[in-house]
Amino acid sequence: MESYSVVLSGEAGQGLKTIETLFMKLLRQSGYYAFMTKELMSRVRGGNNTTELRISSGPVYAFTDRIDLLIVLGKKGIRRLEKRLSPDTIITGESDHLSDTNVPCRKIPLPVQENLADLGGTLYANTLVSGLLCALFSCSPETAYRLISERFAKKGTDIVEKNKAAFERGMKLAETIPLRASLKKDETIATRFKALSGTEAVGIGALAGGCNFIASYPMSPGTGVLAFMASHADKYGVITEQAEDELSALNMELGAWYAGARAMVTTSGGGFALMTEALSLAGCIESPAVIHIAQRPGPATGLPTRTEQGDLNLALYAGHGDFPRVIYAPGTLQEGVELARRAFDTADKFQVPVILLTDQYFLDSEGIIPKIDFTQNHITQHITETAADYRRYAMTPSGISPRGIPGYGKGIVRVDSDEHTDEGLITEDADVRTAMTDKRMRKLAQLQDVEPELTGSGNYETLVVGWGSTYGAVREALERLGRKDIAFAHFSQVYPVPKSAKKLLARAKRKILIEDNVTGQFGNLIRQELLTDFDTRILKYNGMQFSVEELVQKIGEAVKL
Amino acid sequence: MTKTRFDCDPDTDIAWCPGCGNYPLLAILKEALEELDIDPSQLVISSGIGQAAKMPQYVHSNFFNGLHGRAVPVATAIKAVNPSLTVIAEGGDGDMYGEGGNHFIHVIRRNPDITHLVHDNMVYGLTQGQASPTSPRGMKTPVQTDGVIAEPFNPLAAALSIGAPFVARAFTGDAELTKTIIKEAVRYKGYALVDILDPCVSFNKTNTFKWYKEHTYRLTDSWDASDRMKALEKAFESDPLPLGIFYRRTDRKPAFEEQLPVYVSDKSPLWTRSRPPELLAELMK
Repeated sequence: MESYSVVLSGEAGQGLKTIETLFMKLLRQSGYYAFMTKELMSRVRGGNNTTELRISSGPVYAFTDRIDLLIVLGKKGIRRLEKRLSPDTIITGESDHLSDTNVPCRKIPLPVQENLADLGGTLYANTLVSGLLCALFSCSPETAYRLISERFAKKGTDIVEKNKAAFERGMKLAETIPLRASLKKDETIATRFKALSGTEAVGIGALAGGCNFIASYPMSPGTGVLAFMASHADKYGVITEQAEDELSALNMELGAWYAGARAMVTTSGGGFALMTEALSLAGCIESPAVIHIAQRPGPATGLPTRTEQGDLNLALYAGHGDFPRVIYAPGTLQEGVELARRAFDTADKFQVPVILLTDQYFLDSEGIIPKIDFTQNHITQHITETAADYRRYAMTPSGISPRGIPGYGKGIVRVDSDEHTDEGLITEDADVRTAMTDKRMRKLAQLQDVEPELTGSGNYETLVVGWGSTYGAVREALERLGRKDIAFAHFSQVYPVPKSAKKLLARAKRKILIEDNVTGQFGNLIRQELLTDFDTRILKYNGMQFSVEELVQKIGEAVKL
Repeated sequence: MTKTRFDCDPDTDIAWCPGCGNYPLLAILKEALEELDIDPSQLVISSGIGQAAKMPQYVHSNFFNGLHGRAVPVATAIKAVNPSLTVIAEGGDGDMYGEGGNHFIHVIRRNPDITHLVHDNMVYGLTQGQASPTSPRGMKTPVQTDGVIAEPFNPLAAALSIGAPFVARAFTGDAELTKTIIKEAVRYKGYALVDILDPCVSFNKTNTFKWYKEHTYRLTDSWDASDRMKALEKAFESDPLPLGIFYRRTDRKPAFEEQLPVYVSDKSPLWTRSRPPELLAELMK
């Protein structure tokens, strides 16, 4: 697989998003695989944000340190990236922006302002850069013009024409850049694949899971899912409510499930911390719940726009008392869709809270995935028509009682946060308490695990273990290492730890853990559940995702030990 | 006591103290619901935690007895998801004005068609006698040993100033008036607050049944409940405390759930709907 890495570096508010959106669409329609990651400063204007676009002839889903082409759109756009530059890196941008670094690399001035003076100035810089990229990667200009017309149609023909002109000038300027990408195209990508972000993956999965109610309080990086649902609310019939706080949000969700909706909340670690009492309530009243936690580095406010896998412990142990829960953590965008959908099924069927654990890196990244066929997507609502003598917590061998909702049937539905009888009435009867606890705790016995994905050597000596969003970087690092004795087990169901994990781990002579947090939270969970530990823990907690190169080096070192 | 469809099992062991104001209120509530001819299977009472929040345990109806302070967001969501249900949020002054204070502000802003019944005994009962948001200044308790320093919260004035369309005060010692008010509140299309003075016989030795009798009076028949500013002025009267419907907005303010886009062309509850796979396929375009 051949790939190129292009980095855009600019200030917040400069409109990098215009380039990203246009170029990602263009790449897909031109028959390329692509993957985009972003790192942002916590500010609305200024600072320095970067976007990495990988353009490839094969599936790609990881962040790489290498930069083939760096396009600088603002001042101080290079210095933060110096460690990633090499003599082969081409840097282009206005000549006064290029003086930001002394690292030797190929600097090509790009007279953006000069080229745009007659069009009205830097307003069109993003479109010009899109034209430059289009030409460098031999994308179809006709497709680009169509996309530009669609994008700017609302602003009138004048604006459309000016953007087309800027795009054309960008294509012409590409002649000055000594980069000639010759990637194999696959024309079927345009029709069989879709470009989407992690945020969209979660939103689409939720809609496929039947979600028709979302209440949340804005908190980065989880807010995107609320906005996605709001933008699809009318067409898909979703009640979308911005709650006054997170306590209200999760309580609203539980009220919604109680009355027959399929509801979710989206938040981040800090917001979820405020929801923990309601999580425990879901456990006690045996309500389904879907909770999307978009992780960012803590403690407290931490690094609001950066990434980390530091809230696994919070998700595992949040809520007072004992009650069952399920935690999914998607590793790919496709898994994001599938697990968000599955979260609703699991929550409804087993009447338990299900947590979908993502992070900033996952949500803000964008990739190209095979289209998912929803024609067979049938949503089973696990609710029952109540009879006059209905008992919400009727004892059953599985522990799962038929779930009635108010207004459907002759019965009445009582749910209670106090310990309760099978009718849902307060009790302090010690035997009932024991029986109810046992009932709740046996509900997941029939849960079908999302099996860990094992890739690499079938006959491994070393097993690399990861979960959630590190998937792409670990896979690519192991492909580059090309060792016949290493395999990779990726867990996207992190709790309950899948039953097959014990065998997978037992077969390995050496075990390596990879996580984006300082204590190795998943490793500790494995140790606690399976009484086995890791020989090496590769941990990162500076707010950035692992790069492929970093893992090649660290895994390489670990297997030499 | 009149027999109603809302009576619970007569053997139920009720957890309130003898003489508690909640007993007459339970009877009043059940009679009001019966007279409104509501089907118990179409009624949901959402409550939190506290002596008042135990009310639904003793009423034969659907209930969601959730967390302290959180009955209102739960009630709002239930009504939003199935507007054909009659929804009551019920609890005490600590539950609704203390722990749930933020929700109190925002439920008024949203204006769902729910009835908000707050048993106001000016003290914490379940946790045994600490000050509540409505306790008078100077009231001594095991925690406020030198007396309450903070000003008491004025729920009626707060509700009126935020824009509640129906605001009333009742007193469990005036059963007739309380029943009338509750019936009007449930009938009202929109958020309706009823602050119900309700003596706590165990922990509030100041605001006793006798005290309430002597320090309250009924608004007269000629009271114009359509005037919000007059109602606000009335809400600031502290001794004696007026009883009755202070304010009832006469022009129809649309309820929260009525304005939700999901009900523009389809009035059915969410649980009856399904999402066609063709619509989902569009997400992959």
